[in-house]
Amino acid sequence: MSRKHNIIVTVNGKTYERSVEPRMTLVDLLRDELALTGTHVGCEHGVCGACTILMDGEAIRSCLTLAVQADGGHLMTVEGLAKPEELHPLQKAFQERHALQCGFCTPGFLMTAYAFLEETPAPTEAQVREAISGNICRCTGYLPIIQAILEAAPIIRSASQER
Amino acid sequence: MKPAPFEYFAPQNLPEALELLEQYGEEAKILAGGQSLMPLMNLRLARPKVVIDINRLSELQYIAPGSNGDLAVGALTRQRTVERSDFVQRENPLLAATIPLVSHAQIRNRGTIGGRIAHADPAAELPALSVALGAEFTARSARGQRVIQSQDFFLGYMTTALQPTELLTEIHIPAWDPGFGWAVGEVSRREGDFALVGAIVLLRLDENGACENARIVLFGVGAAPVRMRKAEEMLRGRRADGKAIAEAAGIVSEDLQPDSDLHASAEYRKEVGGTLTRRSLVEAISRAREATKR
Amino acid sequence: MTETYIGAPIRRREDVRFLTGRAKFVDDVKVPQMLHAAILRSSHAHARIKSIKITNALAIPGVVDVITFEDIAPLAKPIPIRTYALPGLERYLQYPLAREKVRYVGEPIAVAVAETRYVAEDALDAIDVTYEVLPAVVSVHEALRDEVLVHEENGTNLAARYSISIGDVETAFRQAEYTRREEFKVHRHTGNPLETRGLLASYDSGRGELTVWGPTKVPHINRAFLSSFLSLPEQKIHFIEPDVGGGFGIRGEFYPEDFLIPFAAIKLGRPVKWIEDRREHLMAANHSRDVWCDAEIAARRDGTLLGLRAKLYGDMGGYIRTHGGIVPASTAALLPGPYRIPAFECAVHCIMTNKTGLGTLRAPGRYESCFIRERLLDMVAADLNIDPAELRLKNLIQPTEMPYVLGVTRRGESPTVFDSGDYPMALKRALEKIGYGELRQRQGRYEEGKYHGIGIGCYVKNTGRGPFECARVEVRSGNSIAVYVGLASLGQGHETTMAQICADTLGVPIEQITVFHGNTDYLPFGGGTNASRGTVMGGNAVYLAAQEVKRKVLTIAGSYLGMAPSDLELRDGQVHGKGAETEKPLLSLEDVVPLAAPTSRFNPLEPGLDATAYFKSDKLTYTYGTHVAHVAVDPETGKVEVLRYVAVEDVGRCVNPLLLHGQIVGGVAQGIGATLLEDLVYSENGQLLTTTFMDYLLPTSTVVPPIEAIILEEAPSTLNPLGVKGGGEETSLATGATLANAVANALVSFGVKATELPLSHNRVREWIRGRK
Repeated sequence: MSRKHNIIVTVNGKTYERSVEPRMTLVDLLRDELALTGTHVGCEHGVCGACTILMDGEAIRSCLTLAVQADGGHLMTVEGLAKPEELHPLQKAFQERHALQCGFCTPGFLMTAYAFLEETPAPTEAQVREAISGNICRCTGYLPIIQAILEAAPIIRSASQER
Repeated sequence: MKPAPFEYFAPQNLPEALELLEQYGEEAKILAGGQSLMPLMNLRLARPKVVIDINRLSELQYIAPGSNGDLAVGALTRQRTVERSDFVQRENPLLAATIPLVSHAQIRNRGTIGGRIAHADPAAELPALSVALGAEFTARSARGQRVIQSQDFFLGYMTTALQPTELLTEIHIPAWDPGFGWAVGEVSRREGDFALVGAIVLLRLDENGACENARIVLFGVGAAPVRMRKAEEMLRGRRADGKAIAEAAGIVSEDLQPDSDLHASAEYRKEVGGTLTRRSLVEAISRAREATKR
Repeated sequence: MTETYIGAPIRRREDVRFLTGRAKFVDDVKVPQMLHAAILRSSHAHARIKSIKITNALAIPGVVDVITFEDIAPLAKPIPIRTYALPGLERYLQYPLAREKVRYVGEPIAVAVAETRYVAEDALDAIDVTYEVLPAVVSVHEALRDEVLVHEENGTNLAARYSISIGDVETAFRQAEYTRREEFKVHRHTGNPLETRGLLASYDSGRGELTVWGPTKVPHINRAFLSSFLSLPEQKIHFIEPDVGGGFGIRGEFYPEDFLIPFAAIKLGRPVKWIEDRREHLMAANHSRDVWCDAEIAARRDGTLLGLRAKLYGDMGGYIRTHGGIVPASTAALLPGPYRIPAFECAVHCIMTNKTGLGTLRAPGRYESCFIRERLLDMVAADLNIDPAELRLKNLIQPTEMPYVLGVTRRGESPTVFDSGDYPMALKRALEKIGYGELRQRQGRYEEGKYHGIGIGCYVKNTGRGPFECARVEVRSGNSIAVYVGLASLGQGHETTMAQICADTLGVPIEQITVFHGNTDYLPFGGGTNASRGTVMGGNAVYLAAQEVKRKVLTIAGSYLGMAPSDLELRDGQVHGKGAETEKPLLSLEDVVPLAAPTSRFNPLEPGLDATAYFKSDKLTYTYGTHVAHVAVDPETGKVEVLRYVAVEDVGRCVNPLLLHGQIVGGVAQGIGATLLEDLVYSENGQLLTTTFMDYLLPTSTVVPPIEAIILEEAPSTLNPLGVKGGGEETSLATGATLANAVANALVSFGVKATELPLSHNRVREWIRGRK
């Protein structure tokens, strides 16, 4: 067995220190070592997007990243989206628009949408459609997800303007 | 689908990385963005004994315009960085148009220019683009460095001219000619997929509207990107009209020797290679005309 | 019954846990001392196993055991057929691990158990299997020759065959002015829920009790199977259904792993978890659809349909699974669809090949039969120069003909009877919505480099499969009302719809209700979720149980208040005098709870404010609808772009239009993907070539067009108190037919027949090339 490596990762603002095998993927670190099971595994080859999280502000596939590569990194997962008292506008919009059925793909879509709206706060429908084209949903047919993101966008914009 | 065990190194600088490569050579794989390597490792189709993670080599992340309009891109530069670069958007419209075709944003956030090129998937856009642009690659090892022309770099299915002890460090793109007309087109089953067939066209028109210096590169049609020299030759000095375009497309169709796979037959690729060439030539010529007007 | 909730687009109550990452799918469940399993699967389609050497695997640190057939032999028996047990199929069953021979790529040979999944996969690499490779048979045509036998002991690959016959087909075809015969091929594909299968089994050796997380869809039935395999009483087996990431027909088999993982947990004395990876899923979970059909239709020159006959061949794979011959049998059963076709005959064949076993996928057999029939209808329309919509209107069964007795179309079952429906209305609404009057002028037209086509697909689907469902409603203090229902959840929203039904029936605010499902401990019997039975069977069972609880409430309240129960009513969780709209309530529901206690003197009935009810039904309800699509085809690349898609559906009575609308959009998107992109492809020697998402292509957001869904409630079911029909599967079944018709119409100038799916770039281009 290969030597373990010590890593320090900050997830949703909390810092963790762990010792991991180099071959452990980042998604497995989150799920098995840090008990953050909101991020899901759908394919393990980077196509379905269920494992999408933010690393240093960018949306990435955590199944294609080694845990050791996250050393020193700042990660955000779906568990970090809602405030303790209140859902994030994206989460509210998803519920409002029935943008989830089985819910397995949902964390990946939320993180993708979150990162996308940070970069493109006032998107067109076509831009949203393209932005989520790297995430697979088997239940909803995507249209309600697109609607939910479009609905949340102005709410997020005005909230960030207030800050 | 978990990777097989491996020894892991994360060198802090280039000399360290090259030393490790020298030491482990064939047994090692370079981990850059990981978007191509990790799926293979998760599937256990790749089982390197050693993984050399070069993500700490920040000295390989740069977009450096040269003195005569050329562009040097560090191999570790993320595809997204190139996509967002103002310089690229302004100065190299073909590069700017091609990068967004590469997979999806999440992949481009981590994927690197060098990684995509060194991986050499025949259906990928960046290898074909580098051939069309006449790019040069710098390969370094612990024992020195050399420059490899893109046309000599892609040897076969996922095989490049890089030696096991060499690391791709820089992609050098010649200056963009503002007189260029260009086009990139691909047919894929879904947006963001690898191309079933793709074409990149670059050309200039002289003052009489005749083709100069055409470059036609097809991808997804064989083991490596293919430059369609016969069609390029045929276009040299010809008036850029419908007849010439059709003839060029016909030559491309005829010349192509693609493989069949479960997504498309060889015949499909031959035909569509010709179709894409035609459509791309039309687009490129229209842009070239605009450019000569300016 | 007041209707505040039924029929309203209530937002789902279960959503918050999914949105905040607090759902518990099976891989999220962790127990101490847990081990991880990985399955060694055959890399050959057809081979004898000469030896299995496990010593190297056992030597790897962290590997706890490697289980082979030898270990399971005392308990091993073939996995039985649960349904569609056509005579002959029982000879082709699968043992949980391969004995001596493997018959498909992906067949389980051994189970490695280790401290982590990583190490378990290392163990798989170290297991040394010696195979004697045999020739593989990969097509139905080849298999019919019986040269390579998948199960030699049976002497043939033709596992079962039977015929159904209605009316006088001989005469119909002999006398017909027009006939048309074609061969159709529907491709093999699968559902790919985003969550793969998974199980966590934990055995308490002290008490001899087994707990398994992960079983879903038909937990009570599968518990009975497992009990039989393990010789462990059912009451000592507890199935717990966690959250489930989609089903689409793939879950709910009794798969080999459903035995192997509990077996491993018992053998090793530690909990064992197995989470399927995607590559495994593509080769081991149910494949479906794969049918070939030789079909012929007879009609008068004026378009009146006279007869339909067909020979149907289902490519069953290497073993028959728990769903028996469902795919070809269901293809045959509704082949005539919602049309009046007086003579109908179909010969059904189940053929074994060296591929993964065929099982259910959303509306099994119905996607296939709709494609075959609707393509034939468009061919008839073209040949007889009748507009395809007109031809359908002429032959669709009219509401005045309801209930319409089709006849026996499922071997050994009662006749197929369409309960209620206005089929022409659904077609007309769809045509209206897409603007067919104007749009049809663009049929086959070349505009800006693309050919345009409009396609129609009409369908009817049996839903609400019985024979029974069980529900229990329980009221406890603190205004907490529990609904237990024998359904399983795959993501449809039962926690909301069942609550809606209970709330309206009982007369309480929906916030007070929690719905529990899936665990075998909740109820003694359960039918599970499949065949779009949830709303019909579960919903009506909940209705009956809630009615019974209300009756109890009013009886006990009446006893306490000294009033007749018939003078009381329950509204918003309060007991009121009947008709006394504006007066204060007499009692709250909360007040009645202690009055129902075992020691109360006000309760003339059984103690407790609860009731268990069974809704029984041996009849099926029939949901129906019409899809219409507008496509543009690039003739040079073969790319099919769906510009607009209209889906009209009548579910009799819709409990939650928000959820049903979601099912329609989702189902149509799934069907579009299946029709254009998905394909399970085998090589000549039986290797599955599509084992990752790079090659098995699922629809993404850029493939899905604008989908316009219309929900009709024109024809409530006459077969159950709520008047509901099922919804869920039927939403995708017409997509193959509709898109194929649209493409054939677009490419009419090339004479494209579109008798094969999927409509990939390559195939469409091949059709055009072949006809130029």
